[in-house]
Formats: sequence, C-alpha cells, structure tokens
Amino acid sequence: MGDHHHGPAKGLSRWLFTTNHKDIGTMYLWFSFAMFILGGTFAMIIRAELFQPGMQLVEPGFFNQMTTLHGLVMVFGAIMPSFVGLANWLIPMMIGAPDMALPRMNNWSFWILPPGFLMLASTLFMEGGAPAFGWTFYAPLSTTYAAPSVTFFIFAIHVLGISSIMGSINIIATIMNMRAPGMTYMKMPLFVWTWFITAFLLVAVMPVLAGAVTMMLMDIHFGTSFFSAAGGGDPVLFQHIFWFFGHPEVYIIILPAFGVVSQVIPAFSRKPLFGYASMVYATAAIAILSFVVWAHHMYTVGMPVAGELFFMYATMLIAVPTGVKVFNWVSTMWRGALSFETPMLFSIGFLVLFTIGGFTGLMLSIAPADFQYHDTYFVVAHFHYVMVAGAVFSMTSAVYFWLPKWTGRMYNETMGKVHFWISFVGFNVTFFPQHFVGLAGMPRRVPDYALQFADFNMMSSIGAFVYGASQIMFLYNVIATIVSGEKVSDEQVWDGAEGLEWTLPTPAPYHTFEVPPKIDATPAHG
Amino acid sequence: MSIKKSLMNAGAVLSALPFAALAQNQVNMSPGVTKVGAEIYDLHMLIMIICIVIGIGVFGVMLYSIVYHRKSKGFEPSQFHESTKVEIAWTVVPFLILIGMAVPATSTLLEVYDNDDAELDILVTGHQWKWRYEYLNADGENVSFFSNLATPQEEIYNSEAKGEHYLLEVDEPLVIPVDTKVRFLITANDVIHSWWVPEIAVKRDAIPGFINEAWSKVEQEGIYRGQCTELCGSYHGFMPIVVHAVSQDEFQGWMSAKRADKEAQVAASSVDLSLEALMTEGESVYNTSCLACHGAQGEGGVGKAIAGSSIAMGDLGVHLDVGIKGVAGTAMQAFGAQLSDVEMAAVITYQRNAFGNNTGDVVQPSDVAQHKQG
Repeated sequence: MGDHHHGPAKGLSRWLFTTNHKDIGTMYLWFSFAMFILGGTFAMIIRAELFQPGMQLVEPGFFNQMTTLHGLVMVFGAIMPSFVGLANWLIPMMIGAPDMALPRMNNWSFWILPPGFLMLASTLFMEGGAPAFGWTFYAPLSTTYAAPSVTFFIFAIHVLGISSIMGSINIIATIMNMRAPGMTYMKMPLFVWTWFITAFLLVAVMPVLAGAVTMMLMDIHFGTSFFSAAGGGDPVLFQHIFWFFGHPEVYIIILPAFGVVSQVIPAFSRKPLFGYASMVYATAAIAILSFVVWAHHMYTVGMPVAGELFFMYATMLIAVPTGVKVFNWVSTMWRGALSFETPMLFSIGFLVLFTIGGFTGLMLSIAPADFQYHDTYFVVAHFHYVMVAGAVFSMTSAVYFWLPKWTGRMYNETMGKVHFWISFVGFNVTFFPQHFVGLAGMPRRVPDYALQFADFNMMSSIGAFVYGASQIMFLYNVIATIVSGEKVSDEQVWDGAEGLEWTLPTPAPYHTFEVPPKIDATPAHG
Repeated sequence: MSIKKSLMNAGAVLSALPFAALAQNQVNMSPGVTKVGAEIYDLHMLIMIICIVIGIGVFGVMLYSIVYHRKSKGFEPSQFHESTKVEIAWTVVPFLILIGMAVPATSTLLEVYDNDDAELDILVTGHQWKWRYEYLNADGENVSFFSNLATPQEEIYNSEAKGEHYLLEVDEPLVIPVDTKVRFLITANDVIHSWWVPEIAVKRDAIPGFINEAWSKVEQEGIYRGQCTELCGSYHGFMPIVVHAVSQDEFQGWMSAKRADKEAQVAASSVDLSLEALMTEGESVYNTSCLACHGAQGEGGVGKAIAGSSIAMGDLGVHLDVGIKGVAGTAMQAFGAQLSDVEMAAVITYQRNAFGNNTGDVVQPSDVAQHKQG
C-alpha cells in the first residue's frame, strides 16, 4: 500500500478499513439514506394512525415510541450524517486537499455510528418498549417514568455524540491545515465555510448533550436528583441544558444546507453569488446568536418576564442574518441565465419553503403569541418546513448536483424532475394544513384528536404517503445512475459550476489533488 | 409559485373566518373571550401579515426571474455582485421592522405576566392523565375534584359513533365566574404537563415541584375546551380540559352545591350499600379511573391484570392498600385522595367480583374509612 497511485482494496475490507475520504463519504451517505428510510417508515406509521380520529392501528404508548424514534433517527441518523458524508466527499476536493486531515479517525467516526443506531433500534424489542418521551426527552418523563430501555438510549446518544465530535474535529483540522496554497479563507467555497462554522458549533454543544444524558443516567441508576424536585433538583434545568444543545443543533443541521444552496444557485444562474462576504458573516452571526436563544423553546415553563424578553429579542434578531441570506440567493438569481435541472429545482424549492419556515419561526419568536402556538401542530409544521424542505431538499439537491462528478454517470433528468414535483406537492400537502390545525388548537404528539381536525389530518396523511413514496423513486434513480447511467466525461459537468472539484476528472479518481492545485489570484467567487 | 398562492389564499381565508371558534376546519387562531387573548390574536395577525407582504415581495422578485431570466429564452446573464448600499439596506430595514414588532409584543407580554390582584385562585394539578382542580381562599372550605376524560373507550376504539365533543369532554368541568380575574396556580404530581385552553388564552407548563402562575379574565359565558400540551406519557392525548364560564350568581350556587355534595359524601360513607349498587357504581368508577391501564376486561396493559389477580382475589387489606396508597415506583397512583370512600368501596368490590374474579366480597364505605385510619 506504499505507492500513492493504488486503487481501493477489494471486498469488504475496502469499506471496513478505508481511510479514503471518498469511501467514507459514500458510506455516510448510504447509511444516512438507510436511516432516512427507517425514520420515514416511523413517520408513515404515525400518519397512518392519524389518518382518521380514533385509535386504529397502534396503541398510544407505541405511538409515542414512533414519534420519539422518528425524531431521533431523522435528526441524528439521517440529516446529520448525510451532511458529514457530503463534507467528506467535497471539502478536500473543494480546498485542493488530498484527503481529510485525520483519516483514521475519519474511519472510526463513521464505524461507531451503525452500532450506535443498532443499540437505539434494539430498544423497540425490549420489555417496556422503546423510548417514548419524544426526541426532546424531557425529565422526569425520561428518567423516573421511562421504560428500562432508556439506558440503551443514553449510551446510543453518547456514541452518536462521540462520532459527531470526531467528525467535526476532523473537518476543522482539514480546513485549517489542508487548504491548497493560495486558497485563503475568504476564497473558500461557501459550502466549506458553512461546514467550518457548523463544526465549531458541534464541538461546542455535543458535550453539553452528553452531560445532559449522563445526568439522566445518574438520576435513573445512582440516586442523584439533578432533574427531580423531590430531591432538590429541577426538571426545568433539564430543558435549559437540552436546548442549550438543541438550538445550536438545529443550525448545525441547516448551515451546511445553506452551503449547498449557495453552490447550486449560482451554478444554474450562471452568475456569481451576490454577496459572498456578507453570506460568510451572516452564517457566523447566525451561529453566534444560536447560543443565546435557547429558551425560546421554553416560553411556557414560567421564566421570569425579564428572561422571557431577552430570549424574545435575541430570537427575533436571527431574522436579520437569515434575511440577508434569502435576499442574497434571490439577488443571485436576478438577471442570471436560469435553467432548471433537478438540483436547481430542489434548491429553489428549498429557498421558497425554507423562507416560509423562517416566517413561521419569526411568528414563534414572539413570546406572547407563542403561548398559543407552543407545542401545537403549528410548531410541527414550522420545523418540518425548515428540516425537511430546508435540510432534506438541500441534501437532495446536493446529491443530484454532485452525483455525476462522483460516479461519472448522469442521472435520469426526467425522473429527477418528477421526483422534485412529487416531493414538492407531497411535502406541502402534508405540512401546510398542519399550520391550520395547530392554530386551531391541536396539540402535537397526540395519537388521536378531536373531530374538527379530521379533514386536515387526512390531507396531511395522504401528502405524507405521497412524499414518502417519492423517495423510492429517488433511490431508484440513484442506483440506476450508478449501475447504468449515461457516462459523463466532461470535467465541468454543469456549464455554470464553479470550484476546484469541477477541475478534476469525471468521475473523480480515488485519489485527488496529490499535488496541490494552483489557485487563481482572483477570488473564486467573483 | 403555488406556495405563494396558497399563502395568499390562506390569508384570505384567515381574515374571513376570525371568529370561527372550534368550528370544523378552523384555520386560524381564535381571538377567544379575553382581552389578552384578543391582543395576542391581533399580534399574531400583525406579524403574519407583515410576513405575507415580505413573502410576496421576495417570491415576486424570484418568480419574475424564473419566468423572464431563463437561459432557454437566450437571456444573457449579467455578472453584477456585491453592493454595499443594497446590503446595508436589507440589514437595516428588517431590523427596523423587528423593532416595530417588538413594541406591541413587549406590552402584551407584560400584560400576560401581570398576575397580581386576582379575585379567585385555583390550584391546577396535572396527574397522569387527568387534571385536579382546587379552589383556594374562597370563603369557606376549599373545594377540590378531579376532572377525567369522559369519552367512552368504545368511541376511541371505533365501535361506537364519535360524539360532537370527542376527546374534549370531561366528567366534571372547571367552573369559573365571568368578569373575574382568576389566577391559576399550576403544578404537577408526576411528570410535566401543560394546561392550555386556547379561548381563555392560558398555556402554562405544570411542573412537579414548582408552581407556575397564569391568569384569565373571561368576558363571555360559555364552555371552553382545551388539552394537555406537554407530552406526559401514553395517554397524553386523553386528558382534556373543559372550562365552564358562568355568571357570578351561578358560580356561587355551584360552589354551595359542591360543598353540600361533599357533606353528603361524608354522610353516605356511613351507610351500607347493596352488592348490586356497589357493582353499578364500581363499574363506572373503574371505567374512568382504572380502565386506561388495566384494560376493559381487567386484562392488564400498562398496569397489571386484575382478572385472576392475586391482589384482587387475595387479602382485602392488601387490595385496599394498593388502591388507596398506590404502588411506589410504578404507574399505579394513590387513589385515596382522588376517590370518595363510596367510590373506593364500589370499585374494590367491583374488581373483586367482575372479570370472573367472583370472590363474593362486599366492601362497604365504612370499611374504606376504617382502613384509611389504619
């Protein structure tokens, strides 16, 4: 293995022992897609039960297990690892590096994920069932009142956290040390910038989550009372710790998505990104603000009014840098020469729907109004606009955009467009009516509901089945591309795409940039 | 874009239907029946309309680009980028708009938090999965009771047609007088719950070990329905809240009747009942208090099976202990304070004779009272 120009090893050992950023990226992407299907299956069970009022398919306790696992699997198993996979594939290729800075740790950070999720999924078959306390696992429902499987859940969270921290350290080390000569920070593509900032967020908050679950473990098994008032503790403390992690966490999910869209929109507008520097500053501003807004998830816990006001003002402020981003993307499209290949469609879908999610986010930031919105389907609609139409649409856009570079084959464009339109319609039919039922008074996380919510819930369920089914088409398209897609050999692939990865041969060889590329003196972003 | 259209349609529908309270397919928040609720509603509408206007602007520009700036139409891309003026403008203008939103939001919030000078205090305690209400500092003795879901299991499991207020009905509603500042002191007995009645604009988390305050001054007589809004375990979806807002006079009358009831209950516990009467009463108590965990046929579920159980067929003292004091560390609550002696006697008798247990034991209210005293 001494020679630089060797190919991948053969068989299973290639994947088990690989330190190649492309192989590891591929494994992350496939793993996250598998988790996306698993989490989606849980969502289908939820929507099937909610298709009509009354209990039809599952018992209330099992329903809660489904909502809990759906959230955990989607956040920690699907969305986060998918963007880590993307980072692995793209960051070295975008900054002119031969690989990640810490390749062995890279292997390890992927390979502890599957056992972690196996442990989490195994709780479904344990006595007392899987965790049923929501993905936010508020104590004491998740401690004193939880099923015994909670201990496995705690260790699964630890494993996922360790994986995320190692992945982030690797990304930070790569970006700081492995840039090709001349690739200054302000020349890095925005996807690299957003991941750089995200990685710092991850390193800062994953240990906080680890602390929270460890305190739960202590409360459950070792007689402490961190979260039990009866022993001098405080259940609200749990929420503060959780959301100190949890709010940066939602930006961890969305910032790399911003990065993807900032690559795709200029490419298909054939025009440079409107304000590169202001996009970088806006991303940093959002990240910093994310540390001081956590309690807007807790307006109803009975905080003093001064605290309530602080968190309201800080949260409203996030609208400013987020607005800068949206205005930037729209200005990039303005007077461009637009074309609408599948990646562009998903990025425009992202832009429209994420903006709607941003508007409802602003509404939710208004503390007195939040007393009526809090823990209703309005919140469910809001965060699915941001998580699904935001993160997942952006991720889908990324896969279509870079798949030809990765595989040397072009996906089926017609099928890609059909996938987009079915997803777009299915998504909106699912989640738009949830704004209505939420405002009308339907709480979230209920297995059954009053009759006045019946029509919109049925609509939601139908939309969810359609959206879910459209992902099978996505899977088929990706596999068909890899197996028998039309061959692409043009380095550029997309005529408007900018960046070092498009200077590499298509498909990208197993080892790239063994010799650092020469970086143009003019900024890559115009 | 279809979304922009649907947003606008939604906006039109919303403004046309602001007063549709609990109507079928209601699409907007209700202004409710309190001054604070109306202010929250106005705030909600203000922010939403600002968002819709901004949305129309942003999506309009985008749509124009999508339609006219197409490569397929041979549009030549311009290469402009970066404009400090534009970028300052789109940072400062949104900031000013936010200040415009923060002003009314702050004043409404201060009002929500003004818990002083309440004329009536009610302690609200969340239990898995029911609410307990206790009227404090009213003239005379405190009045307290539990409020359970009244929707029968047959409706939930679809063997009977669902009633109009499916899942939003209780056996005993909270009664409050109108035009009175009522303060709710909200806490919980086990896990975190959240007490929400949209129409009277109160939502506060019920947290074990802590007491939260909230208040409402209802201006209109009527029945207002809400639900628990914090995930609190399996039956989170099945612990509704019903508030009857009545006139001052009616409220006083109701309060006296409740006190008389309590005295009657005490008196009733010294009277012996027939097995038949106990069984009838016991079945109804079982259905509201036991069935969710122990099953319609006593087959068990969250709780242990009662059919053939060694407790229900064994020593009566142990059985009474479990019912009155609960079982520590399990979901089995202490029902001693939740049920009257008559109800406790009836449900113990029922459990010992139903589901094929047939012990023939008859437990009288006086037995329960005696057992409680030890």
